[in-house]
Amino acid sequence: MKLIRPIAALLAACSASVAFADINVGVTVSATGPAASLGIPEKNTVALMPKTIAGQKINYIVLDDASDTTAAVANTRKLLSESKVDVILGSTTTPNSLAMIDVVSEAQVPMISMAASARIVEPQDAKKRWVFKTPQNDIMMSLAIAEHMANAGVKTVGFIGFSDAYGEGWFQEFSKAADLKKLKVGVSERYARTDTSVTGQVLKLISAKPDAILIAGAGTPAALPQKALKERGYTGKIYQTHGVANADFLRVGGKDVEGTYLPAGPVLVAEQLPASHPLKKSAMAYVAAYEAAYGKGSVSAFGAHAWDTGVLLAAAVPAALKKAQPGTPEFRAALRDALEQLKEVPGAHGIFNMSAGDHLGLDQRARVTVKIENGAWKYQP
Amino acid sequence: MDLQIALLLGQDGIVNGAVYGLMALALVLVFSVTRVIFIPQGEFVAFGALSMAMLQAGRVPPTLWLLLVIAGAALLVEAWRWKRGVAVDWRATLVWAVAFPLLAAVFIVVNPLWWPGSLVAQAITTLLVITPLGPLLYRLAYRPLADASVLVLLIVSVALHGILVGLGLLFFGAEGSRTPAFSEARFDVSGVQVTGQSLVVVGVALVLVILMFLFFERSIVGKALRATALNRVGARLMGIPTDLSGDISFALAALIGGVSGLLIAPLTTVYYDTGFLIGLKGFVAAIVGGLASYPLALVGALIVGQLESFSSFWASAFKEVIVFTLIIPVLWWRSLRSHHVEDEA
Repeated sequence: MKLIRPIAALLAACSASVAFADINVGVTVSATGPAASLGIPEKNTVALMPKTIAGQKINYIVLDDASDTTAAVANTRKLLSESKVDVILGSTTTPNSLAMIDVVSEAQVPMISMAASARIVEPQDAKKRWVFKTPQNDIMMSLAIAEHMANAGVKTVGFIGFSDAYGEGWFQEFSKAADLKKLKVGVSERYARTDTSVTGQVLKLISAKPDAILIAGAGTPAALPQKALKERGYTGKIYQTHGVANADFLRVGGKDVEGTYLPAGPVLVAEQLPASHPLKKSAMAYVAAYEAAYGKGSVSAFGAHAWDTGVLLAAAVPAALKKAQPGTPEFRAALRDALEQLKEVPGAHGIFNMSAGDHLGLDQRARVTVKIENGAWKYQP
Repeated sequence: MDLQIALLLGQDGIVNGAVYGLMALALVLVFSVTRVIFIPQGEFVAFGALSMAMLQAGRVPPTLWLLLVIAGAALLVEAWRWKRGVAVDWRATLVWAVAFPLLAAVFIVVNPLWWPGSLVAQAITTLLVITPLGPLLYRLAYRPLADASVLVLLIVSVALHGILVGLGLLFFGAEGSRTPAFSEARFDVSGVQVTGQSLVVVGVALVLVILMFLFFERSIVGKALRATALNRVGARLMGIPTDLSGDISFALAALIGGVSGLLIAPLTTVYYDTGFLIGLKGFVAAIVGGLASYPLALVGALIVGQLESFSSFWASAFKEVIVFTLIIPVLWWRSLRSHHVEDEA
């Protein structure tokens, strides 16, 4: 008896891949490997996405790419050739998403990435016209930090980031933002996600005596430099990026991360937003849906990027359905056009206004400044 | 860079080097006795640290279920072999597959009742869970292939590493944990801060090294292990049960891994996959010792620790590159002065 249900589901999935009536959505996320802490809530969120849009049944085919670029490309090819998907959601990380662009543009299937880098959709060209993304660009977040620093009277900044694309991207974007706000970025250090000690980097940062230090890391590994800084007696301001926005960072960081400032998507502090905030309703919708399924306090900002891919899809599919039948190249092209023409679509992280030149469509409403107080995120109006 | 920074970096290097040294010892021990390059050594570190964190959070560590499952599997395998007429050492089997898991389960149940919140009791419980994993994994994964080539054993190691990392993600989730320090003390030695925890790390590592030295030099089991390492066939001819040496060397490796996990968990956040990199650096240290010499491996570990610490100050972006590049000159130097003898396999 127990076996019947999965088998039935499997049969349904198989028949669905040949039936033209349903819309097949391929999803590849990094549910295992180094980016698992981002990929797992994203995978959980896919289960909450709309099952029907405008009367059409939606089939989600979810694959795990293990945070590996090769696996992400293989998953994409598999979804395109075997499952005949109309749109691809994913992947979690920037390298994976960049590698998938060639494949989706060749097959002329739209793709919505959940990775942060602006390079995924910029500059728009013949290939990237098929690609959209939901997370805020690093430059938006960098500007928010630089602005906050300038207002707080900070003159010199020390930087420590991951020794990978994340840290490097942040360093470039933050340097631009710091230039605009006349901040001087002195020392710049790197560390690896798996490092067990950052004493060397921290000593170098402290000996330069910057007014503030920006830590560009994602998830709990970003707590390590901050703990080391406190241990060595650093008393200046410490800023983190929105990559740390989950409950585990607070758990691991403990009292050492008190008083930290970071920019984040409004969804992180959805409950504290004033009722007049344009995102209050759409952000709370996600929080309520996620916590109803996975328990109170389980929601993270990463899953919300996946939620927003579903929001975009739900907004664009009705327009595409008017032009063509799902499963046809015409439908995929129509879906791409519809995504590009979305206006004022409220998601969990921001309000999307797409255009031919902007495949992200977020503006200043998509970020708020948050402070860590008493082991919780506190919205800073 | 002034003297104080150099001293702080040196201290950091010694603490990390001590942990890499323990890894290197375990790798040399396992390799010399069983010819297995034990890549999953690092997983014991992560499992140890994360099991400890779970015990502290008042939860039953899932490593206990893993232990019970593979203990059951090992018992089944032994029973099957016994039925086919193979001589089975039931005493050793019962110790690893029944006594240890039972003791671990009992400890997990009574711990919160008798010694609530006691770090020592939790540490002992963790070691009771982790240590038998070594010999049980050896029996399931390596012993059937004990006479295979080093390469085949290495491939098994890689597979086992993949399985254990996957289980780690399943058990502990993607996010890391920290545990409270065994010692919160801080000393000021002529302007340089020394934390109590770093003294605990170095102290425990030293005690373990001395204990292992005494074990190999003085005890009959230790001498048997050394004999097996030197010449497996010869040792068997002399009546040394070589299967038993596999059990003991893997148990020691798992114990050392568990202890290392307990030592580093208060210093850094440990993730389900943290162990791999620690094990790999231990491997670099073990290579300095030619995977044969314990003292040279310890020297190698200190070099790796210092190199890592100072390169993180001068060129943090290239830290790992510098540490792992160390292996090239070392291999070149070793190839110059040692002539290679093929193993009997």
